[in-house]
Amino acid sequence: MTTFEAPRVEVVENALEPTTQPRRRVKRKTVNTIIWFVALLALTAIVLYPLLWLFLSTFKPSSEFASNPGLIPENPTVDNYVKVVEGIAGTPLWRFFANSFFIAIMAVIGTLLSSALAAYAFARIRFRGVGILFAAMIGTLLLPFHVIIIPQYIMFNKLELVDTYWPLILPKFLATEAFFVFLIVQFIRNIPRDMDEAARIDGAGHLRIFFSIILPLIKPALITSAIFTFIWTWNDFLGPLLYVNSPEKYPLPIALRLYNDATSTSDYGATAAVSFLALVPILIFFIVFQRFLVAGVATQGLKG
Amino acid sequence: MSTETESIVTAEAGSRSVRQAMRQVRRDEGRKVPSSASRRKANRRETVAGYGFLLPWLIGFLGLTVGPMIFSLYLAFTKYNLFTEPEWVGLDNFVRMFTEDPNYIQSVQITLVYVLVGTPIKLAAALGVAMLLNYRDRGSGFFRSSFYAPSLIGASVSVAIVWRAMFSNDGPVDNSLSFFGIDIGGWVGNVQLVIPMMILLAVWQFGAPMVIFLAGLKQIPQELYEAAEVDGAGPWHRFRNVTIPMLSSVIFFNLLLEIINAFQVFASAYIISNGSGGPAGMTNFYTLYLYKRGFADLQMGYASAMAWVLVIAVAIIAFILFKTQRSWVHYAGENR
Repeated sequence: MTTFEAPRVEVVENALEPTTQPRRRVKRKTVNTIIWFVALLALTAIVLYPLLWLFLSTFKPSSEFASNPGLIPENPTVDNYVKVVEGIAGTPLWRFFANSFFIAIMAVIGTLLSSALAAYAFARIRFRGVGILFAAMIGTLLLPFHVIIIPQYIMFNKLELVDTYWPLILPKFLATEAFFVFLIVQFIRNIPRDMDEAARIDGAGHLRIFFSIILPLIKPALITSAIFTFIWTWNDFLGPLLYVNSPEKYPLPIALRLYNDATSTSDYGATAAVSFLALVPILIFFIVFQRFLVAGVATQGLKG
Repeated sequence: MSTETESIVTAEAGSRSVRQAMRQVRRDEGRKVPSSASRRKANRRETVAGYGFLLPWLIGFLGLTVGPMIFSLYLAFTKYNLFTEPEWVGLDNFVRMFTEDPNYIQSVQITLVYVLVGTPIKLAAALGVAMLLNYRDRGSGFFRSSFYAPSLIGASVSVAIVWRAMFSNDGPVDNSLSFFGIDIGGWVGNVQLVIPMMILLAVWQFGAPMVIFLAGLKQIPQELYEAAEVDGAGPWHRFRNVTIPMLSSVIFFNLLLEIINAFQVFASAYIISNGSGGPAGMTNFYTLYLYKRGFADLQMGYASAMAWVLVIAVAIIAFILFKTQRSWVHYAGENR
């Protein structure tokens, strides 16, 4: 930690220095910036090392993993990719991707629809009981979800929906991810009420106001919610582990487990290649939408 | 599903805005108009519209959260294997947990170590790097994004596989340490090193709380630092007496959410141990053990009891945090 503090300390000394020595100050400032930059660059290298290692390892032949733990493959090859395209357990790789995409897209649609509707009710409609329901919604944010997985499993099992995608998708259409509701509520609150009130005077009902005024204005919150829903659903392991049994229905994380169990002792290369491929959509999303993920989201709630 | 990344949007919302949001909703509800026939009709129309918009959420809330919770509470007092009827056993499950099941006790212990050691380290790293990034705006965007990336993928199976490979015998970590003359072999199979390895995986995902800290740091008025400087406060005093108090609401919320998330670590422990919780039960974290009891052994009554102990433990921790926040959390604009 102390290394991180160092540049801060120096900048403070800077500030205390008399302004009569401008040249020294400028020089000192430049030195500080260089230290700052180098420190962060070193930290970036450490933080991103595992990802870089994974990427470069996909080009190592499996036999090389034991002898070469370093970054650079000695005998680079694309064999791993050629091999993994065939898939595992009689299912081609594209199928796992298609399954993951299907589940994630449905989750995004469901979450956006149900969360936006609920958020509108919490933020804009005055009715009896809204306070208690809002508090209950906030309460579910802190609830460890493991307390509901067993009864939910029993329920979906009774409904004979195990080994379908229903248990993974249906909850999204019922806004069970409370915190997207909260996110959108906060966003709607920041929209001035003038426009809804004008629309009301013109005789528009809540449905009209929701669809033609609010929905277009909350687009940034919807995009943020969509990206997070997509990424979390894509990464979700426990859900499909519980509910999806047939290999041809597996989403990627469960298929990855197959590689990990069945082949990892012998075929590190294939495991690395599939692990990397499974991350690619998320990394693309991240690079394209990082403005929404990091900058947009971080400031929005705190200004409260 | 709660994941490590979940903390970001929730926490950035900040406990302050949660409180304000609640107040706002209550204010809106209380804003009753004097009742006349047409007003009452309008009120009724609002109620119908309100519940109409809330319907999907309400069905989910009752059918997928409240209902299952009640059912789970009932199951906690039964023996149930999914195929025969639940058999009422009173407190037996709880008694067994704490007196007859050494695996459970071990699971609680390692989970507590993971949560109580890992969370402070992760938050300290997050705060440290956030302060470093806050030093300068220009050029910090790239670093912020790079540090945030692990939070998005940290809970994935891919990363767990990478982590296991990196910390295996003769893997990159072992290899680099050998270079410095530290020859400790693989961390994965090592009873003493596997929890530190899991903690490192959690700390690696410091980016989400970091982004939240950074947003908080940017809100601290610069005048406060200047005033402290005029009073002769050194860097440590400014950190201790300006940064920490001004950031306390953000620290509080990060702490709350990171603790709750840490209790629920599952996928990485499952993948790293191939579902076994090994070596010697040292990755048998609470939720992994719960999963094994519930879905591998079909002891659903016992697993439900475990789940309720977790809920109560989390509730107690949240309660303690909320109680103590009065003494250390400072909300801007409020008198102390």
